[in-house]
Amino acid sequence: MNHSRAELLVLRSKTKTMRWHRPALSESSFRKILSIAGVFVLLLLVAIFFSLGIASFPSIRNFGIRFLFSSTWDPVKSEFGAFPFLVGTLATSFLALVISVVFSIPISIFLGEYSAQGSVATFIKSMIELLAGVPSVIYGFCGLFLLAPLVRALEVKLGMAPYGVGIFTASLVLSIMIIPYSASIGREVISLVPSDLKEAALSLGATRFEVIRKVILPYAGSGIVAGVLLSLGRALGETMAVTMVIGNSNFIPKNIFSPANTLASVIANEFTEATGSLYLASLIELGLVLFIVTTIINLIGKLIIRRMGVGE
Amino acid sequence: MKHVLSFLMTLVILIAATGDGTAKEQELIGAGATFPYPFYSKMFDVYSKEYGVKVNYQAIGSGGGIRQLTNKTVDFGGSDAIMSEADVKEASAPILHIPTCAGAVVLTYNLPGNPQLKFTADVIGNLFLGKIGKWNDRRLSDINPGVKLPEMNVTVVHRSDGSGTTSIFSDYVSKVSREWKEKVGTGTSLNWPTGLGGKGNPGVAGLVKQTPGSIGYVELIYALQNKMPYGMVKNKKGNFVTATLAATSKAADINLPDDLKVSLTDTDAPEGYPISGFTWILVYKDQGYGDRSEEKAKELVKLLWWMTHEGQKYTEPLEYAPLSKKAVEKAEKLIKSISYKSSVIMK
Repeated sequence: MNHSRAELLVLRSKTKTMRWHRPALSESSFRKILSIAGVFVLLLLVAIFFSLGIASFPSIRNFGIRFLFSSTWDPVKSEFGAFPFLVGTLATSFLALVISVVFSIPISIFLGEYSAQGSVATFIKSMIELLAGVPSVIYGFCGLFLLAPLVRALEVKLGMAPYGVGIFTASLVLSIMIIPYSASIGREVISLVPSDLKEAALSLGATRFEVIRKVILPYAGSGIVAGVLLSLGRALGETMAVTMVIGNSNFIPKNIFSPANTLASVIANEFTEATGSLYLASLIELGLVLFIVTTIINLIGKLIIRRMGVGE
Repeated sequence: MKHVLSFLMTLVILIAATGDGTAKEQELIGAGATFPYPFYSKMFDVYSKEYGVKVNYQAIGSGGGIRQLTNKTVDFGGSDAIMSEADVKEASAPILHIPTCAGAVVLTYNLPGNPQLKFTADVIGNLFLGKIGKWNDRRLSDINPGVKLPEMNVTVVHRSDGSGTTSIFSDYVSKVSREWKEKVGTGTSLNWPTGLGGKGNPGVAGLVKQTPGSIGYVELIYALQNKMPYGMVKNKKGNFVTATLAATSKAADINLPDDLKVSLTDTDAPEGYPISGFTWILVYKDQGYGDRSEEKAKELVKLLWWMTHEGQKYTEPLEYAPLSKKAVEKAEKLIKSISYKSSVIMK
């Protein structure tokens, strides 16, 4: 049954024209589908923005810009202001980011460069991905029952009020939750650094650490920042885990151990019970503020990434 | 073959998901207060076994119950708070408040040695306004002579979510403290001057249990279940009363208005516990709205009658206070006034 090479080629081209080998989609219709998908996502975002805006209109009309700077949240007198929640959201998210980066960048370097293959690497990789799969309510429970007593003991030692809950606890819980996002993306980007760049540096006498500092990190920098940005976005919107450990106090936090409140937490707590259209509209306006804040932070992040260059 | 199999599987799943369609007529839906949820849950279970009518109650909170009833998505609402003027206006049709049981809101605290403490009205007001900073403050030690109060900071714990328990508690404090009434007021969600927030009664109980030197307010049953100490409160007539089922029922032993939209806090009853309240089932007086069938309206009225009569025997085992005879009499009149279109349902 020895077919010559020519015969094989003829056979191949024949089968290619048979029914099941002709592509079902032509190039242009495939492109159309892709662009429809892209436009759809864009439309969805715009629709979310407009529906939030319309539903919160009574509150926007009533309070105007002072909604963003007022510190009163009084459902009885119908006086609403978002400032303490803005502070709480930004404080917990950025603190969580700082704490998580301390872990996720070393993890990405370790998994991307030092130990890219092997059972240890695979094990660590799957454990990190498992972290991302744990439901946020479980994080909240663990935060409340395991972490809060530890923080309380620390507060007692420092002579502060033994709340146990507050910005510090919430940031710790959040930081663990967001590690997987920046670690996975960072690892991918670092492992994609072309090996000829690394080999060139090594052949010039650089140590492994110098290769990481001078070749890998600059090249992968923008990708790492993108991963960090993704984890920040997650932290900004996290609701359940935060609301269980933040202390739910509607005041601007005085220090890192103060109880506080975040935009998402207030909405989750008060939405089902809210009666009165102004109250509801104010809660939805909190959602609008969160949406806008997240968008702005993403835009700033994109600018930073562009500044850093694509690493080519 | 693969396509046929997946099609069949989809079909099977769809059929399984539709469930039993015949039960639809015999099902009532309610939503609202979390406070009476253990009681309603037991009652509705017994009711469905005895009468074959399933009652589905979602404990989403008093405000949620009022909202869903106003939107006519549920048959009845549950609320620990009387509907406000604004809510009544938004509802467009008259809504009856039918009480089902009474409950007590107790002050639970976390102090070394779990001493039995006494509280007076001003002390409660001052504690929750944040004006009493330490436990060994004169105002507390004066009314608790035999107790050695520690020099610990007072940490107030309140509800972070909207709640009927908060409503009952704040209603009491508004009555006894003018400063509270002006600064904070009454409602299911408040602008708390101080303190940490816990989610739900279990959240408050949990935070108090974990935080030394804290004080919070919870429904009686949560303090009992978590074996937490709670204080005696001085009532209007000057007696220090411990929250018991009997004391709660006694708080309702006052002149009740016909529409039963009454607050039991700061009761005149000499042995009544002052931080008590009814919990109500809210229904439209005229059941002939939308496309409601007369069948459903009749089932609802039957349920309400049962809840205020035979259903009352399930209150005490679950630590709720049953309705007094006077309350049941007035409730009967309200239930009898429920009509369908133009004729009364229960003769």
